Amino acid sequence: MTKKNILKVENICKTFPGTKALKNVSFELAEGEVHAIIGENGAGKSTLMNILSGVLQADKGGKIFFYDKEVKFNFPREAQEKGIGFVHQELSLCSHVSVAENIFMGRAPKNKFGNINFKKLYQKTTEILSLFDSDIKASEIVKNLNVSERQIVEIAKALSLNCKILILDEPTSSLTNIESEKLFKIIRSIKKKNIGILYISHRLEEIFKVCDRVTILRDGIRIDSLDVEKTSSEILIENMVGREISNFYPEKSKFAEQVIMSVSKFNKKGVFNDINFNLKKGEILGFAGLTGAGRTEVARAICGIDIFDDGEVFIEGKKLKINNYNSAIELGLGYITEDRKNEGLFLKMSVRKNISAASLQKVTKNMLIKKDIECINSNKLIKKLNIKISNIEQKIKSLSGGNQQKVLFAKWLNIDPKIIIMDEPTRGIDVGAKAEMHRMIRELAESGIGVIIISSELPEIIGMCDRVIVMHEGKITGEVSNNDITEKNIMTLASKK
Amino acid sequence: MTNDLFEKFKNIRELSIIVIIIVFSLILRFLTPYFLTYDNLKTVAIGLSADGIIAIGMTIALISGGFDLSVGSVMALSGVTTATLYAGGFNIWLAVLIGLLMSTLCGLVNGYFIGKVGLNPFITTLAMMGIARGISYIITEGAYISLYDVSNIFSSLGGGNIFAIPYIVLIFIIIACFADFSLRKSSALRKVFYTGSNEEAAILSGINTQKVKLYVFVLTAILAGIAGILTLSRFQVATPTAGTGAELRVISAAVIGGASLKGGEGTIFGAVLGVILLNIINNALILLNISVYSQELVNGVVLISAVTLDYLSHRNN
Repeated sequence: MTKKNILKVENICKTFPGTKALKNVSFELAEGEVHAIIGENGAGKSTLMNILSGVLQADKGGKIFFYDKEVKFNFPREAQEKGIGFVHQELSLCSHVSVAENIFMGRAPKNKFGNINFKKLYQKTTEILSLFDSDIKASEIVKNLNVSERQIVEIAKALSLNCKILILDEPTSSLTNIESEKLFKIIRSIKKKNIGILYISHRLEEIFKVCDRVTILRDGIRIDSLDVEKTSSEILIENMVGREISNFYPEKSKFAEQVIMSVSKFNKKGVFNDINFNLKKGEILGFAGLTGAGRTEVARAICGIDIFDDGEVFIEGKKLKINNYNSAIELGLGYITEDRKNEGLFLKMSVRKNISAASLQKVTKNMLIKKDIECINSNKLIKKLNIKISNIEQKIKSLSGGNQQKVLFAKWLNIDPKIIIMDEPTRGIDVGAKAEMHRMIRELAESGIGVIIISSELPEIIGMCDRVIVMHEGKITGEVSNNDITEKNIMTLASKK
Repeated sequence: MTNDLFEKFKNIRELSIIVIIIVFSLILRFLTPYFLTYDNLKTVAIGLSADGIIAIGMTIALISGGFDLSVGSVMALSGVTTATLYAGGFNIWLAVLIGLLMSTLCGLVNGYFIGKVGLNPFITTLAMMGIARGISYIITEGAYISLYDVSNIFSSLGGGNIFAIPYIVLIFIIIACFADFSLRKSSALRKVFYTGSNEEAAILSGINTQKVKLYVFVLTAILAGIAGILTLSRFQVATPTAGTGAELRVISAAVIGGASLKGGEGTIFGAVLGVILLNIINNALILLNISVYSQELVNGVVLISAVTLDYLSHRNN
């Protein structure tokens, strides 16, 4: 390429307590280039972008050059002033004020009395919006816009700051196909203004549509930077996932053929449709797919936590009552949330009280809680799961992530489950606790419980599951079992239309 | 052993209030010997009983993550309803029953809108505060309603003694002990803690948090209704202005006693101690001939000091 570089990143490292998120990452971004950054969840994409936009600071040693001059961003503001615009995955506009006020927040033109000069403000906004070939009005209140329009406003905001680099984080994750095409058109026109774009996406087909170069990250290491024209999605997938699965996963075992739960014709408009599957006794069934594929939504609907349009769930032949989570729990169905802090645990309460939260009737006699039974039950589970605490009255918030996850696990074992659905069972816990967790999940299955694991970590799905169902945009796109459970097969199904 | 130690540690809030009450009482005893007489203590105890009963409900509402601003109005409504019906020829006990039903109804409305519809407790109970007070004014046309020739048993509820203890105080103590026990032991009230501590997690543990909230607001209203009936019995007169400002007094007391506006925390014992502390301070102002106008100012200072001290001690942890 003959164009000059806007950005050059050299040997960037980032260490978080316990993990090294980035290891000596280097890459370059040229003027007018759309540069894709790809990698699995946890590969370090977000960390890298957060460093470039000043949200996080890199470890000492790495260098960032902006137009061949070394820079260091201590705050997002500094990166913004240099000309780095970041459009986040979760859009961050103020929804109750107008498009124009959002774009020129804090920089609106003023009249001689110091008030906002709306005429000039709207005029300037219309100028910027005209680039996008859209009919958004400058005076429109943001909450009346749809997601794709909001995204345009975000991009307009970044451009109005005269940015030289635009970072787009999963820009199409909530757009329809037509809206995505429109976005690609906008990206191509921005390119012509010699702005460099960093494009983060899980969807490989988009990279071939709109990007010039692609950098692949895996486990915090830059694997390669390739010209998009000279590569294929097979090569990209191999580079993204090509890691040997170590045997830190427990050995798989044989399970009975007896079906313990069956889900049929499960539908919820716009979220998932036509979901059918069986779960066998003692089986570990994986649900793989990209973020937003609808796996969590299906799991919550099955349990009766969220409503759905139609479909049936049978547990050992008994039909589940619709939208009644309590009756699902009584039949032995437990859902372990992916968000233990906000949805799973009572942080201010003791370990004992957390463990009995879903099974109060077990420790209640004559409407009163029998504390001695509660203690015996809790201690049994604490021993079984090897939870490290000083005392069962200890508050949850003082425990480590791994131990918190185990308490959440104990809460659900306490209902004497027949089926357990685990959403991201090892998110945010360290490697040791992870392996321990995996061993316990396998033990659980061996004792005859049907287990469903929803996980975005492919190695976990591959290492743990006897059978894997892959979802994409609310539909089941395929199922693999035994030796067919490979990263390549799953990734192919997960990005299939 | 460690368990006992932990329990002691947990009760440090209650302990510190007890110490403050004792020290304050000793100083007061030194300043005015009348303070520690049977007559004065009896007056203080009778005076704080109604607020105390309301504070019990308020503490439970605070634990559930909400609060109830309508308690003072609901208290007035139950008294006014009972007195009006009695004046209209009803049997006093039937009138009491209907008065209590009236307050229960207020609680059901609060609970329905907060639990089932999902409105904010502040707005909902603020509205009910106006509605219940308004109905009380409409029923009485703003006037006082006196009870004549009411049954002895009814009037002794608020005015009689048993073994030198006023019935009203005894009723308060019994309700408080029962509530304190239930809050620690009962399965239903454990769900209130779960709901207030993390509502989303409670829902995902299969707890019907809508129902929990409904029951909580019914409970606060019934306790406010009981306070209204006892106050009627004590003064033999129903006024539509009864219980004005009670909501803020009892929220203060509960918070001084360790309840948190964020939910999930609080004890009945603590709230009762809070009520006692505030009432002793007010008693002191009267005994020391300090203007009654400074009462509210002092209450405010006590509240902010208690909460600040608590915040600082937690932060140091």
